[in-house]
Amino acid sequence: MSHFFTSSVGKKFILSITGIFLMLFLIVHLSVNSLLMVGSDAFNSAAHFMTTNTVVQILEPILALGFLVHIIFSAYITWQNQRLRPVRYKRINRWGSTTWPSRNMFILGGLILIFLVIHLSNFWWQVKFGELDQVEAHGAMVHDLYALVASLFIEKWWYDVLYILGALFLGLHLSHGFWAAFQSLGWSNDLWRRRLKRVAYAFAVIMGVGFASIPVYFLVTAA
Amino acid sequence: MATLDAKIPEGPLKNKWTNYRNSMKLVSPANKKKLDVIVVGTGIAGAPAAATLAQLGYNVKAFCYQDSSRRAHSVAAQGGINATKNYRNDGDSVYRLFYDMIKGGDYRAREANVYRAAEVSNGIIDQLTAQGVPFAREYGGQITTRSFGGVQVSRTFYAQGQTGQQVLLGSYSALKRMEAKGKVEMFTRRQMLELVIKDGRARGIIARNLVTGELERHTAHAVVLATGGYGTVFYLSTLGVSSSGSAAMIAYRNGAFFANPSFIQIHPTCIPQLSDFQSKLTLMSESLRNDGRIWVPKNKGDQRKPNDIPEEERDYYLERRYPAFGNLVPRDVASRAAKERCDAGYGVGKTGQAVYLDFKHAIQEQGAKAIGKKYGNLFELYEKITGESPYQTPMRIYPAGHYTMGGLWVDYELMTTISGLFAIGEANFSDHGANRLGASSLMQGAGDGYFILPNTIGHYLSDKIKEPRLTTEEPEFEEAEQRVRERLEGLMNINGSQTASDFHKRLGKIMWDHCGMQRTEQGLKEARQMVKQIKDEFFNDLQVPGTMYQVNQELEKAVRVADFMELSQLLIEDALNRNESCGAHFREEYQTQAGEALRDDQNYMYVAAWEYQGEDQPPKLHKEALSFEFVEVKERSYK
Amino acid sequence: MKVNLKIWRQPDAQSKGQFVDYHLDDINPEMSFLEMLDALNKKLIEQGEDPVAFEHDCREGICGSCGLFINGRPHGPEREVATCQLHMRSFSDGETIVVEPWRAKPFPVIKDLIVDRSAFDKILNAGGFVSVDTGSAPEANTPAVKKLNAEKAFDAGVCIGCGACVAACKNSSASLFVAAKISQLALLPQGKPEAKKRARNMVAKMHELGFGSCTSTEACEVECPKSISLEHIARMNREYLNASFAEEEE
Repeated sequence: MSHFFTSSVGKKFILSITGIFLMLFLIVHLSVNSLLMVGSDAFNSAAHFMTTNTVVQILEPILALGFLVHIIFSAYITWQNQRLRPVRYKRINRWGSTTWPSRNMFILGGLILIFLVIHLSNFWWQVKFGELDQVEAHGAMVHDLYALVASLFIEKWWYDVLYILGALFLGLHLSHGFWAAFQSLGWSNDLWRRRLKRVAYAFAVIMGVGFASIPVYFLVTAA
Repeated sequence: MATLDAKIPEGPLKNKWTNYRNSMKLVSPANKKKLDVIVVGTGIAGAPAAATLAQLGYNVKAFCYQDSSRRAHSVAAQGGINATKNYRNDGDSVYRLFYDMIKGGDYRAREANVYRAAEVSNGIIDQLTAQGVPFAREYGGQITTRSFGGVQVSRTFYAQGQTGQQVLLGSYSALKRMEAKGKVEMFTRRQMLELVIKDGRARGIIARNLVTGELERHTAHAVVLATGGYGTVFYLSTLGVSSSGSAAMIAYRNGAFFANPSFIQIHPTCIPQLSDFQSKLTLMSESLRNDGRIWVPKNKGDQRKPNDIPEEERDYYLERRYPAFGNLVPRDVASRAAKERCDAGYGVGKTGQAVYLDFKHAIQEQGAKAIGKKYGNLFELYEKITGESPYQTPMRIYPAGHYTMGGLWVDYELMTTISGLFAIGEANFSDHGANRLGASSLMQGAGDGYFILPNTIGHYLSDKIKEPRLTTEEPEFEEAEQRVRERLEGLMNINGSQTASDFHKRLGKIMWDHCGMQRTEQGLKEARQMVKQIKDEFFNDLQVPGTMYQVNQELEKAVRVADFMELSQLLIEDALNRNESCGAHFREEYQTQAGEALRDDQNYMYVAAWEYQGEDQPPKLHKEALSFEFVEVKERSYK
Repeated sequence: MKVNLKIWRQPDAQSKGQFVDYHLDDINPEMSFLEMLDALNKKLIEQGEDPVAFEHDCREGICGSCGLFINGRPHGPEREVATCQLHMRSFSDGETIVVEPWRAKPFPVIKDLIVDRSAFDKILNAGGFVSVDTGSAPEANTPAVKKLNAEKAFDAGVCIGCGACVAACKNSSASLFVAAKISQLALLPQGKPEAKKRARNMVAKMHELGFGSCTSTEACEVECPKSISLEHIARMNREYLNASFAEEEE
């Protein structure tokens, strides 16, 4: 194991494992978010659960670590790979051989990271350290996170654009990342690569459209 | 002076090799460490030899001109490799393979060597399989075989149409293993330019580093040439464009005898030339003849597309002339029959220098899928080159220079007439007589490299263990390097106007027209004059740009072409001397009524071994008489 | 047909290179790309200029010597061909064709379009073989090998070592080359005893020599003249992870 973390396969293993972990998180996140379209009580109760449940509390720093490791390793890999072609090609044509997201995972990841910082300051920071109104939902007093989301998306249109773009970048990132994660772990062959790619595109569309639909929902219902 | 003692061991044929090994002298493991061996060439003979010698404990220095030892032209062999496993239970045996090779070689090969080649064949398949060579298999997991090259048993092992590649890479991996162990020192991008002889024995080489241009001296206790064939003498050939006869010519000029130089096999199924600058004709494996049918239109100059020509207007001339073997007649028969049809005006394609190889019937009978499974990659290769799909349109094929049965004369121990200089694989002459049986080139090369040379060289080296390593400061090395330098400077300083390729193209044409698959005394004599002229012109009007001390591909080429000039002269002498037709050597004066080769066993049942007598001096002929104790010499008949 | 060429010229490893423009008339579309370069070189030599150095030998796509980066793609615009199998009919009349050497840190230029690919040999020295001595091999039909495995091993074994995968990869990764060998031998019972060690050592060597890591862009598979599948990289990863997580003391 001595060279594991520096070897090309080992680094990709870390990236894949954290990637899959983050995808699991996305599924939970989107599930909770979709309650925004059900109603304020449902969403606020779920949000309350997510902010108070012990298991979730334990998972939260692990999630943060997952993000951190994913980001650090991808930066490390990209930085290393960048240096391996000191003289560049004059003419390069990769359109016939690769997809745009597969070539630009780091750029997409960077854009998602920028989005993530804004997103965290919009919501996570507010929940943790902000002053949120208390409302009653299903017989319990909880933070009115629903109101926060609604006001953000209804009052500030540029946030809608930002969140839709964030969802788009995420979808593109996942369209490659999903199947590539399995490839890097060795869980792939010609047959399964075809299948995984189909699942990857479906997953990417569900996540992208799913997250984008929330600002759209608020804009539409407000109008 | 060297004599032609082939040193064939006593005893019945099937015991000779065992007897030899029982009585040969050995070198102890401790002493092997003190002995160095140079192996030039890393193809299917050189790579196994280098790896096996290293495994035995010798220090091996291996050389190749390519950037990696994996690229030797053995990589391009397509069809397969023979062995007498008799997996099919179809009556195969060592004797039968031996017999097929002797007969295929038209009784011009040495019985003992051929038998030994057949004898070690099974071990090669075992060895390669253990190295991870993915031979084709049956569903039960067993290795499968096919019939190949005009024999009636299925003894050919294959890996699709890329057997040579797989077999070579297996051997290359054995070489890699020994390199990793530090027992083989690999010198890539080196062109061997001189042999160093001290006290009558081969003790080293001078090689040019093809990157820096520097001349390097390398010493050893023995030198092995595994440098392949010289079919590129025809310019148009199936070989790699850098394949050459240079190493063999260096040995020849230093006193090694050159045996049967004019025995060159013409391969019947190559893709015809498409452009003037093309020297390489891609070979289509003759395994295609198992299912493909060869034909030309019955009407001269028929311009219709092949698919528009109805059955009754097609002449399946091989099936017509040779009903028993049909499309599976030996290569030389198939080649000449194609040329005969084309010369008579029935040829097809733009140049009229091609015949059809048609898979229509095979596809109808077996289905496109089954045919694709067998030949898919060859069909793709054909389509890539010509832009036509053999699934829809018959292939066009034509013969081209391919394999050289001739080569350095070696005795039973694979040693040339220079003590300590060995020649293995295609570089020697020993096993194929006047024509080579299909799928036996990989077999012979690998057999020489894995199993034969590593034994016989030990016998030679057994009394050299006290000999110290030479330093490269010895006067013999100094002189050899000086000769090389003068030769290269000579080529660089001609400052003429024509490129080496221009000369090669012209030389090749002369050789193809006059010393190719059909030869006449008159034609050969004309060719002798023409080669002399073009050679003089070459040394007066060659242009080599650049300098010696840099990457200079034109200089490399010039050296090869210069050697081809001399080799061509030798080839012509040999072809002229042999007043008979045998195997690939077809003299028009000597043929039967039916146009078949007419051997003269009374006068020519010998190996013609030529000794160098100086530049432009006629070489001296030595004869090694061939006697056939174990087979009955028959007239070859494929009727 | 006419072609305009922009070719990378570099006298040796130390010098700085540059693109030089050439123009050729009267090119036969049936010519191969390398024959077109032969024609150019003939012209250059006759004009007393230094011909373009490029590597080539078998000219039938099997030796792996040739490898040019043509119009932004390794081995040019056609699929499943080496440069020597590319024909001028794949270009249009009057087209400008940019010809570059493979670019990667472990593949330094030697001259013009020739690069040093000896790094590949070094990787194979690290374990691209089965340790079997001549003479010690068992009967070839023992053990039986699953037909599918033999076929997949062949599909990996057809690698010609040309380096197009490295040239194509945005990360200059040699994963496809390394995986082809690891996978070929891992698929066969003959390669099993050393499978773990092989995967560990070859992957480590690849990294040490300065090849990048695989980010699964699939460029290598598409540009590989033998269409070697990414499946083999997955198998390499599996072998490597297996070797790492199931490591034993030796």
